[in-house]
Amino acid sequence: MASSEGKIPLIINGKRTDGRDMEDLRNLRIEVGVIPEADGSAFVEWGGNKIVCGVYGPRECIPRHGASPYHALIKCRYMMSPFASLEEHSRSGPSRRSTELSKVIREVFENLIIAEKFPNTQIDVYIDVLQADGGTRTASVTAAAVALANAGIPMKDMVASVAVGKAGGMLAIDLNKLEDNFGQSDVPFAISHRDRKVLLLQMDGLLTRDEVIQMLEMAERGCDKVHEVQADALKRFYEKGEEEAVKW
Amino acid sequence: MGDEVKDIIMSSIRRDIMNNTLSKGVRFDGRKFDEYRPIEVQRGVIKTAEGSAMGKIGETLVLVATKFDVVKPFSDRPKEGVMVTNSELLPLASPGFEPGPPNENSIEVARVVDRALRSAECVDLSSFFIEDEKVLGLYVDLYVLNHSGNYTDTATLAATAALMDTKLPKIEGGKIIRGEYTGMLNPTKLPVTTTMVKVGENWLVDPSRDEERVLETSMTIGTTEGHVCAMQKGKGSLSKDELITAMDIAFKRGDDIRNILKG
Repeated sequence: MASSEGKIPLIINGKRTDGRDMEDLRNLRIEVGVIPEADGSAFVEWGGNKIVCGVYGPRECIPRHGASPYHALIKCRYMMSPFASLEEHSRSGPSRRSTELSKVIREVFENLIIAEKFPNTQIDVYIDVLQADGGTRTASVTAAAVALANAGIPMKDMVASVAVGKAGGMLAIDLNKLEDNFGQSDVPFAISHRDRKVLLLQMDGLLTRDEVIQMLEMAERGCDKVHEVQADALKRFYEKGEEEAVKW
Repeated sequence: MGDEVKDIIMSSIRRDIMNNTLSKGVRFDGRKFDEYRPIEVQRGVIKTAEGSAMGKIGETLVLVATKFDVVKPFSDRPKEGVMVTNSELLPLASPGFEPGPPNENSIEVARVVDRALRSAECVDLSSFFIEDEKVLGLYVDLYVLNHSGNYTDTATLAATAALMDTKLPKIEGGKIIRGEYTGMLNPTKLPVTTTMVKVGENWLVDPSRDEERVLETSMTIGTTEGHVCAMQKGKGSLSKDELITAMDIAFKRGDDIRNILKG
């Protein structure tokens, strides 16, 4: 990141490269129930990101000796498809990055799911990134929350997620890939809707204390907007009578 | 393995009802024996790929994306490009799919689709030559997103549609300039596969998940305009007459699907 920063102007006349203001989110569209075989599912198109999430469970724990008699295990797999980026065809399968992201996403939902209700079981959250454009982990959390709700898994709260970063020296919400690659910092947040707890927080780059606080406040406002789209998607799904064709 | 077993085993009551309806000449879901579920194709769904398509047969969903890279040619074909087909039976697509390295089913579908595309000669690999030791590699990734039966035909449908959607990358100094294109790949043939299964004495085209659970024989036939381009027998056995009938059906249904691809 540091080596390439500043080479590309990210703020021109107070606007970002895609014409947004600092607090504008990219277009966000959520569809519920896109995987009929799954217990719950969601598709998220967020800027140039296309992410699909399928939830199974609670179901029998595999391997069985890993099961807990006290609560359901939450298992999460985040995967990037080999065709998800504009660059070369990448290798499929887990990478160090996807392993870490699977873990931090799981830790978001371990705070929310009422796992004590389902001892000796597991809940699988599968997330596949079909097309990536910066901010896939926050889009993944946003998708998984909707898919879990669609699966009828009891949760203490809903969660929305968005990243705030620093691009061209300015704090900006929901960085796109260009801003992510050439910006100075990227801080993904996931915030629970009612409790206002931060459930995911990572950071790279250099920031002052005030900047971090300001970013959290921006993230809160952003997460509220994301939550509205999530709630609207779920309402639309349960209200609609006829099956509508999903636009992928 | 619990879910794998649950996914395969069907209750005997359900099996009886299915056999009863079949004996009346109708399928569980009301289709005729040689009828496909509704078929849909949506092209250009992945902008980061050079080509892509979402194939849908009934509820079964397969996304196929194509990407080009500069690779070394195989030593026995130094002037020809390379085509690689991979598949992912994503665990989100079915309670029976599990994470982990590709299993035999996943490898089989990738190889069947690969054979159908390759044998149809719909892609001219000799046009992928760049310079000595450098050719274009075309990756065809099959992503099964929802498995409600017959992902093989859905995958071939989406793969052919993705090839029709594939743009040729601009090459400068032996490198691909990403995001710039010189034209379309334009596949010369449109290979599709038709899968048929035998349940009791009946041959059923485009099996649903329920029908797959009870099938005795499974046969997949790939066709182009006028040619068979791939065949793969799965479980069970079939007679010569049955094979001939299967081919006739495969051509008819194959032409139907080609019309959808062209339309």
